[in-house]
Amino acid sequence: MSEHEVLSPLPGIFYRRPAPEKPPYKEYGDQVAEGDTIGLVEVMKQFTEIQADAGGKIVRFLVDDEAPVEPGQPVLLIEVA
Amino acid sequence: MFNKLLVANRGEIAVRVIRAAKELGVRTVAVFSDADRDSLAVQFADEAIHIGPAPASKSYLNIDAIIAAARRSCAEAIHPGYGFLSENPQFAEAVEAAGLVFVGPTAATIRMMGDKAAARSAAKAADVPVVPGSDGEVADIDHALAAAREIGFPVMLKASAGGGGRGIRVALDRAGLEHQFHTAQAEAKAAFGNGALYLERFLQRARHLEVQVLGDGQHVVHCFERECSLQRRRQKIWEEAPSPAIDRETRDVLCASAVRLVERARYRGAGTLEFLYDEDTGEFFFIEMNTRIQVEHPITEMITGVDLVREMIRIAQGEPLGLAQADIEMRGAAIEVRINAEDPDQNFRPSPGKVAALALPGGPGVRIDTMLYPGCAVPPYYDSLLAKIIVHAQTRDIALARLRRALDEFKVEGIVTTAGLHKRLAQLDDVQAARFDTGFLEKLLTA
Repeated sequence: MSEHEVLSPLPGIFYRRPAPEKPPYKEYGDQVAEGDTIGLVEVMKQFTEIQADAGGKIVRFLVDDEAPVEPGQPVLLIEVA
Repeated sequence: MFNKLLVANRGEIAVRVIRAAKELGVRTVAVFSDADRDSLAVQFADEAIHIGPAPASKSYLNIDAIIAAARRSCAEAIHPGYGFLSENPQFAEAVEAAGLVFVGPTAATIRMMGDKAAARSAAKAADVPVVPGSDGEVADIDHALAAAREIGFPVMLKASAGGGGRGIRVALDRAGLEHQFHTAQAEAKAAFGNGALYLERFLQRARHLEVQVLGDGQHVVHCFERECSLQRRRQKIWEEAPSPAIDRETRDVLCASAVRLVERARYRGAGTLEFLYDEDTGEFFFIEMNTRIQVEHPITEMITGVDLVREMIRIAQGEPLGLAQADIEMRGAAIEVRINAEDPDQNFRPSPGKVAALALPGGPGVRIDTMLYPGCAVPPYYDSLLAKIIVHAQTRDIALARLRRALDEFKVEGIVTTAGLHKRLAQLDDVQAARFDTGFLEKLLTA
């Protein structure tokens, strides 16, 4: 078992859901596969999806929904099998 | 009359409003988020008040925080700029309920013009031509199909609560309309909290023209038109005044119809009526009204000499219009290009960051409205507009040459901008001959 951090590629605002009234892409404890969308980053009114670059189980989100992120900042912690 | 104005905005428009207020002897209050502590607006204002964290929803869109800042600073009026809360009737109401002056029209006017179906009805009532469309909202697909048969395909499905190019889909035929109706309804509900849709004929080769108006609640004048046909994803990037596409007769009819519409509404403040112009038939159609100052207002100021933001503040102070229609003349040609923090070579990917070096153009007939200074931060949280390069000259050809010269002088390091795209556009034969419509730029970019 090891842990893996998914990083935000961009600065901006991190969203855990595709739209305000939609459920989050992923919840704590969910399994993710490599390539799964785990959140969005809004940069200057443009939205970019963040994909998991490893598969495993979600330990926790390291950034709150609607919080600012910096490029390279870890947003999600995954337990990799 | 008021002596202190709070500017509920950021970026270049906050700077623009502060400048106008200072010239009127009105003291200024800037508001800022965590991301804008060192902004030019904060530096230029007499006072600055922090209103919240970086995300706009927690700062520049936070009505309570802005009203509280006005109270704390003893500001007597609020200028909303463009975007953010500028066309939010609840904000205008909250400002007035707090005993402050809203620099703009009444909440009722904002509400009516913000409801696209109501605005359309108002236009019809004032005998202003509108794009053939459904009479009001279409409740379901059957009504939509019936309306489309009368209007003729292709049609646009538009969200009643949409705007700024958002909430629009095009259906080329019956099947396309059936296919898209429910998605469009769901999208409108999600994006604007209101799923109401209406239909309009889609004009495939149209120019975007708009008329600038100013009203004091009694009288209305126009300051001629702007042409904003060069758009990407329905966002304007290059604007001109006057339109190179219309003659004097058409201009007179267009501007008179704009005045007719707003006179009936006893309009107060600066406003813009947007039209589509069909060059083949010479017809123009009202599409919507923006009840605020617009990004591209400087080109109108350049050709008329009218300081629109100054007039807005004066009118809000209760002064009558300082101008009669006969006083407003049009001289020469002006062009504005929007310098955005986007990389045109990377599909317009946003490019926030720190401005390492900066050289702004100058010289005769060049005006720069910007938030930039050497060393400033361009935060990732807001619109990508950094600067507007505005040129004015006796003729459009000279203005184009001046624009090419100004773009050569413009240098910024540390971030990527759209300046290169404008250099390319300014060299194109089609642009020099003003042969373009609202689809021109997208075609050029995908070619």
